[in-house]
Amino acid sequence: MSGVAVRLQGVSAVHANGFAALKGIDLSVRRGERVAVIGPSGAGKTTLLRVLGLSLAPASGHCEVLGQQPWQVGARALRRLRSGIGHLHQAPPIPPRQRVVHAVLAGRLGQWSPWRGLASLLLPVDTAGAARELARLELEDRLFERCDRLSGGQLQRVALARVLYQRPELLLADEPVSAMDPALAELTVSLLADEARARDIALVASLHAVDLALRHFDRVVGVRDGGLAFDLPVAEVGSVELDALYAATSGRQREAARQIATARATPSAWTAQPLACR
Amino acid sequence: MSHPRDPAARSRLGWTLAALVLLWPALVMTDFRPLLLLDPRNLEPMGHFLGAFWPPASSPDFLSLLATATLETLAMATAGIALAWLLAVPMALVLTRALSIGRLAGRRSAWWAAALRGVVRGVLLVLRGVPELVWALVFVRVFGLGPAAGVLALGVTYGGMLGKVYSEILESADQRPVRALLEAGSGRLPALAYGLVPSCAQELVSYTVYRWECAIRASVVMGFVGAGGLGQLMDQSMKMLNGSEAATILATFLLLVLGADQLSARLRSALS
Repeated sequence: MSGVAVRLQGVSAVHANGFAALKGIDLSVRRGERVAVIGPSGAGKTTLLRVLGLSLAPASGHCEVLGQQPWQVGARALRRLRSGIGHLHQAPPIPPRQRVVHAVLAGRLGQWSPWRGLASLLLPVDTAGAARELARLELEDRLFERCDRLSGGQLQRVALARVLYQRPELLLADEPVSAMDPALAELTVSLLADEARARDIALVASLHAVDLALRHFDRVVGVRDGGLAFDLPVAEVGSVELDALYAATSGRQREAARQIATARATPSAWTAQPLACR
Repeated sequence: MSHPRDPAARSRLGWTLAALVLLWPALVMTDFRPLLLLDPRNLEPMGHFLGAFWPPASSPDFLSLLATATLETLAMATAGIALAWLLAVPMALVLTRALSIGRLAGRRSAWWAAALRGVVRGVLLVLRGVPELVWALVFVRVFGLGPAAGVLALGVTYGGMLGKVYSEILESADQRPVRALLEAGSGRLPALAYGLVPSCAQELVSYTVYRWECAIRASVVMGFVGAGGLGQLMDQSMKMLNGSEAATILATFLLLVLGADQLSARLRSALS
């Protein structure tokens, strides 16, 4: 496989209601690269991630994911491609009455044969694998617990364990930490970044917490009004870019972005108070 | 200070009045005169009819006959529901839009998928739209009098009902888990088992057991086509105006329904 994980050229996306959410995006991400997508609410971050996650077909433009053109290949190849894409959602998409072990093992349903998946409901096929991922999140003792017995934060960790268990070639996260407390947000983003580095896979995450973006990622992409406002290595992102990105949005967001930009000079400041963590 | 007015009040009142206006001709058409129940001229024959039910028959001969018939009825209802389930599940899966991989990408379903759904919806409509007695009379022509026609008739009618309600239950659950699995490349069946069934298991089981209970009662109708079981026994007792036998059969029905109720409650609590 080539070094490019994702390549978008002039990609536009239109929602069912006719809203043009992305307008001619050019973006490419190499394997092993960690890219944070930031921008005000409604700018198109989620749409961009849905296009990368093959859950939205672009209206126009060239789209290449993991070396294939997903909307040109057949249904079987598209499914195989999807099984290599891990998606961490803001709200864990796990049925409350499912047990943790199945919720984690479900990460590989796209790679297993259907019969293996169904058989695993009767007798879990890889409890060791599920336990290993849960152990990274200090949840291994909850392996056979039901998900509705877990706290909100524990459930979010189960969802993270599922994505890690999937061992995807492309890791996407759509505002993964928006509903998390600061400590869990830090753990989640650093685990995602570690995984991307360790397995040399691309990580694309949209974040509201600019401080996390600056600390754990290689590149920051600013999205505004369906287009890219900037696409810069972390070291080159400054208060000018952030101010412009959040300009004419709420004063609170702009203030948060400004504070973080200035705080970059004094690293301890952002670890002490995760400013934009909502 | 004026009270805030509920903007929905007017339309709610309107719908309530409309429902009452529609109900009135229905009552007139069905000759609905509940006071007739209390008319002494009617009370007497009714009393005679019901009085003949007491005491319930309890002769050992009849009870052993009843036991065999109960077993037959249970077997028929269970086989009928099993057949209905086999018919219903694939069709419910076709109807459940949440399991459509083609719709994942925000695109419209392919024309053939929409057509297939239309056909399946039509088949389910015919299966449950024709009453089971009519199906039974059709199958009697093929298989002759006996339980086979009854089981097939139950299976076909109830298959139509189960298929429709299964797909509605699956559609009403939270769709995000199953969507997330399909987006990660999962096939339809595993996505159903991991993403939808955990949320719906209680409702699916409870509706299936309820239909099983209905199938037990429906065997009364099946009795008319000679399918055996409690229905046929009931038919004979009523024709011979043997009220005490009918009373014992009714008591058996009540016990069976009670049993189904208990089973449903057990299963639900096991799944909750």
